[in-house]
Amino acid sequence: MTYKVGIDIGSTATKACVLDGENAAFTLVIPTGFSSVEAGRQVLAALADAGFPQEECRFCATGYGRVAVPFAEKTVTEITCHGKGAARLFGPDGVVVDIGGQDTKAIVLRGGKVVDFRMNDKCSAGTGKFLEIMANRMGLTQDEMSALARTGKPTTISSMCTVFAESEVISLIGQGTPREDISWGVVESVASKVSPLVPQVAGAAYFLTGGLCENEYLIERLSAQLGTSVQTCAQARFAGALGAALSLE
Amino acid sequence: MAVDRHPMWAELGMDLENHDNLCAVLPTAFGDTYLTQENRPEGMAFWDMVVADVHGIRPEELIKAQKEEGKKVVGTFCVYVPDEVVIAADGIVTGLCGGSQFWVPDGEKYLPKDTCPLVKASIGARFGKTCPFFRIADLFVGETTCDAKKKAYEILAEDAPVYVMDMPQMKRPQDVDKWAAEIALFKAKMEELTGNEITAEKLAESIKIINDKRKAIARVYDARKNATNIPISGKDALLMMQIAFFDDPVRCAAMCNKLADELEQRNADGVSVFPAGTKRIMIAGTPMAIPNWKMHHLIETCGGAVVCEEACTGTRYFENLVDETQTTLEGQLHAIAERYMGINCACFTPNEGRTEDVLRLAKEYNVDGVIDVNLKFCNLYNTEKRTISAACAEAGIPYLGLETDYDDSDSGQLRTRIEAFIEMLG
Repeated sequence: MTYKVGIDIGSTATKACVLDGENAAFTLVIPTGFSSVEAGRQVLAALADAGFPQEECRFCATGYGRVAVPFAEKTVTEITCHGKGAARLFGPDGVVVDIGGQDTKAIVLRGGKVVDFRMNDKCSAGTGKFLEIMANRMGLTQDEMSALARTGKPTTISSMCTVFAESEVISLIGQGTPREDISWGVVESVASKVSPLVPQVAGAAYFLTGGLCENEYLIERLSAQLGTSVQTCAQARFAGALGAALSLE
Repeated sequence: MAVDRHPMWAELGMDLENHDNLCAVLPTAFGDTYLTQENRPEGMAFWDMVVADVHGIRPEELIKAQKEEGKKVVGTFCVYVPDEVVIAADGIVTGLCGGSQFWVPDGEKYLPKDTCPLVKASIGARFGKTCPFFRIADLFVGETTCDAKKKAYEILAEDAPVYVMDMPQMKRPQDVDKWAAEIALFKAKMEELTGNEITAEKLAESIKIINDKRKAIARVYDARKNATNIPISGKDALLMMQIAFFDDPVRCAAMCNKLADELEQRNADGVSVFPAGTKRIMIAGTPMAIPNWKMHHLIETCGGAVVCEEACTGTRYFENLVDETQTTLEGQLHAIAERYMGINCACFTPNEGRTEDVLRLAKEYNVDGVIDVNLKFCNLYNTEKRTISAACAEAGIPYLGLETDYDDSDSGQLRTRIEAFIEMLG
């Protein structure tokens, strides 16, 4: 038995997906930490523990750390992989929004193929990193921050740059602004940075992949910003890894 | 390096210590980017030799022409400045430094940081005294193309003799007449600088020389149109193109013709520098001055091949010829104006010609996709991406827009975009 395995080494999290035939038989996620190579090794060990030893697997690597996986027989970019993975999870036509730890991408799918894509500049505005830094600053987990945001009042965080936005958050804390309101501003900032990147395709379905796919309030705000309902599911976090596994012939 | 150029550079008043830093890194950069390529055309040996001594071999010739023949050297920044007029006055045209991050910090002492790297590097190369061409030229000829350059010429004029040609911003018939009148003024300026009269005979001769150079470069490009064979890498073609700005035009034509012979033979024999099926990419956008090989290197190490440059260091430099049938100075100057006004730069409004060029070239060079790339802070080309991408979408040509500078810090992000684009073409 040979399993096809996709490994998606992102800046924040490393994901793996094992295919059994056409279906995802097993998924795992670990923090990428300091070294992509080490993250790859940990994935191998975890897969072996789960009953997928290296000698029974073929690997395709994706994500920014894709070049650091010596046991992968091929590498494919995360753009293609998220497209493939999303096509499998949601359907062959639509616009995929992948909010990652350091990159945000919008991918247009037609007939299951990527036909256009956009990526944010080398800047953490509108990425998971932005949420992470702001949540840390307020002493909250990202889930807690999102839950609080839902009850907050509109508060503007205007800085594009994460570093400046962090100072803005510090001043808001200093002024005694409630955490709910600051949280509202943080989530709104991400949704409003992501939405201009996303091509407006009339009548298209929109899918969210990446680490924020279980962040309900963000999905709600992103849907509002895009003026459409953004679909997602828990497995969408593994869309890149799934797409990588599907890239193996 | 065979000859020690330090005495020459010292005589030019260069900052030897800092310039040595550049000389120390350039061979490695060239080696890593160029000499790692396989099966390069033999004809590239000429350009390899020039690069190996890029601040020595041609500067020495220029200085010799100045000293022994009393010739004047004119440094230019833009493909709109007509070489024909300079050559007709027995002057020499040279390109100038501006393609490396090395010169940017010196330029940022004089220009705002949010200026395009090409302009910053040019000013930095002059004021930092680290470019021999910027020391040798007797006159710098600017042109009113983009705002950054216009202001940079004012700063350059504080330190060196500068003459600026007033470019039209539109392409109506009266604008062509205006450009012809501006070229007539430039002719007077060249006569004053060199002390040589420009006659119709002299101008006819120089028109032919420059046309012959254009034809020779066009032959190299024509060989790249072959749909089934890629006889030369984009990087090598770019190098040939970049050095054309510095070389003697007659020698340039001879070398390009020789290279074209070899490439045509390679096409006949099916000798390709890339495996069959390699995706054919056209680069569109801003100029890539030597040693800016960044985009070509990224694309050609991500599984693509660059087969055409819709750029000043590309088709804008050599496409269209000056009408050689004119016999009067007035007729010749107008013919020159017409040819140069046929170049489609984003500084013009409207600029439909460039969109047409991109679509036409994509077809002529059988490209699989267009990568439209502008230097950071080039607002003009960046804004035009909207038009170009829409036209490509309508024509069914895959399109990727990028923005970058000379710094390597974004190469990871660029690589992901380019690889994904090439995967998309697959």
